[in-house]
Amino acid sequence: MELIQVKDLRTHFYTADGVLPAVDGVTFHVNVGETLGVVGESGCGKSVTSLSIMRLVASPPGRYVNGQILFQGRDLLTVPEPEMRKIRGNDIAMIFQEPMTSLNPVYTVGDQIAEAMRLHQGLGPREAMEKAGHMLELVGVPDPHRRVREYPHQLSGGMRQRAVIAMALSCHPKLLIADEPTTALDVTVQAQIMELMKGLKEELGMATMLITHDLGVIAEMAERVVVMYAGKVVEEGIVDDLFEQPLHPYTEGLLACIPQLDQPRGRLRVIEGVVPNPMNFPRGCRFNPRCLYSQEVCRMEEPALVTVGGGQNSSVRRVACHFGVAERVRTKEVA
Amino acid sequence: MTGLTVVSPLLEVKGLKKHFPIMGGVLSKVVGYNYAVDGVTFSVERGQTFGLVGESGCGKTTVGRTVLRLTKATAGEVRFEGKNILALPLSRFRRMRGEMQIVFQDPYASLNPRMTVGEIIGEPIIIHRAGSAGERAKRVSELLDLVGLQARDTRRFPHEFSGGQRQRIGIARALALNPKLVICDEPVSALDVSIQSQILNLLDELQERFQLTYIFIAHGLHVVRHVSDMVGVMYLGKLVEVAPTDELFSRPCHPYTEALLSAIPIPNPKKKQQRIVLEGDVPSPVNPPAGCRFHGRCRRATERCKVEEPDLKDLGGGHQVSCHLF
Repeated sequence: MELIQVKDLRTHFYTADGVLPAVDGVTFHVNVGETLGVVGESGCGKSVTSLSIMRLVASPPGRYVNGQILFQGRDLLTVPEPEMRKIRGNDIAMIFQEPMTSLNPVYTVGDQIAEAMRLHQGLGPREAMEKAGHMLELVGVPDPHRRVREYPHQLSGGMRQRAVIAMALSCHPKLLIADEPTTALDVTVQAQIMELMKGLKEELGMATMLITHDLGVIAEMAERVVVMYAGKVVEEGIVDDLFEQPLHPYTEGLLACIPQLDQPRGRLRVIEGVVPNPMNFPRGCRFNPRCLYSQEVCRMEEPALVTVGGGQNSSVRRVACHFGVAERVRTKEVA
Repeated sequence: MTGLTVVSPLLEVKGLKKHFPIMGGVLSKVVGYNYAVDGVTFSVERGQTFGLVGESGCGKTTVGRTVLRLTKATAGEVRFEGKNILALPLSRFRRMRGEMQIVFQDPYASLNPRMTVGEIIGEPIIIHRAGSAGERAKRVSELLDLVGLQARDTRRFPHEFSGGQRQRIGIARALALNPKLVICDEPVSALDVSIQSQILNLLDELQERFQLTYIFIAHGLHVVRHVSDMVGVMYLGKLVEVAPTDELFSRPCHPYTEALLSAIPIPNPKKKQQRIVLEGDVPSPVNPPAGCRFHGRCRRATERCKVEEPDLKDLGGGHQVSCHLF
């Protein structure tokens, strides 16, 4: 059952230099209780998509040009702002990438966790503070009732990220959006946070939209994956299928360039070039200048996102490429 | 390791220590020390890469900076081509700096936003009086080409480039004076996975071409595996394990190395691994635990580990570990 449906979302930025179509026709959904991974390099529209769901894109210069975001029967793009405020932080909560910049340095950790509960659940200061302590305990912060009175700078990076997670979970959201929750952390702390999030998901049963550029994190955490490139969804599928047989050359490239422990050492495979500037996306398939299999048709025509033959569990598998895996011919030399 | 007959290592670090004084009180007296690096010994062969791995705060960056004398060492020796560079007068050492360069972690903070790319890359040449303006311009475009940028980029500013491209600029700057040793301080940590592999391959190519020697600092073992010949694992200012790369990955000995290895996410949803999750954080280097510094987080710690500090023991084949289990 779908908890949230994003339909043909287009979030564009109107700047002095021109229009930036950061999110340009994105359609996907998150099921109740599921973890959906959203993957792609920096600049491909992942974060703008999540900010659009929270309706936090600054306007101007941003504008929701088109689309719907259906959550519990309502279109989040059209609900009045006071209504949206009741949803934000309450039904849908968000964890940001940098635990340092998403905490306010002049308030105690407890104040910041309590704020959402006071606002949304009408708790008194004392009760909210008590609950804030419980939340810190839930996310595994040692000595939580002392920590609530401390300031962010007194906490380590891993503990700050736990505090941010506690804040997001304080009102028991139905959907948690986690934007690169482990990217800024050490591998050992990343492992701790991943274990924590897996445990919390089982305990609380909320749906999670996990945004990351690291497919290793996706493989461990997500059930379904959406791959984004240059403001569009290029592939979607359940995690086992997608890793077993990536259908889009971009997904294939992303998978191939992760340094793996069971691989022989030596040159790594790369995706040449960089994500194009939204100001001038290439004609045709937006990935074609970096694609190993690019043909004439890729430069002329933009492929549509089509549903392809079912994987297991009759789950939806979608891909936007002119060619099937078997039809692809390598046209560029692999380094 | 190759069968080359190597005369002497390019770099030998012996008993290196860096204790940062902590000032306090009205008179700013020294009230304690941060034992950031506390007795580190390793050597790097010519043309090879020594990977240095550990969590934030373990002292790996300080090792890199102390080796280059960017921070003053408290004790120990750093021998570069046999010469103890820590004992040289600064004026003489400065002339040697061209032979040892550094690539920094943050490609956003390590490039001056007011300088053009040409000025950034050309600056070391000016400082070391290594060529006329004409020669410099030629060298800059040569370097840009080497790192995969274009000659016309010289007049552009850092903000016009993506993170990966900026890191290329940082690498070009480090190579400007034809160094022998390059310290790469987490050169890919701030980059996307897809861009990481581009930069790792570039460093690899440049090493082959110019017989560069690298010290490669990173917080994850999977990144150093691809580039390193030897790997040293640091914990709280000490090296806990040193081994040839393949040996370290096939036979990790220190419980900390095991935990670091198992922390790496595996990009295969069907492979469910048993993960050793380290509890808690790295203790403060101001007040390091007695005995083995890792004992508080170690799942195999015994009574002995709490009181007695283990030495670095040689297991043969270049494999060293500091743990009472061995």
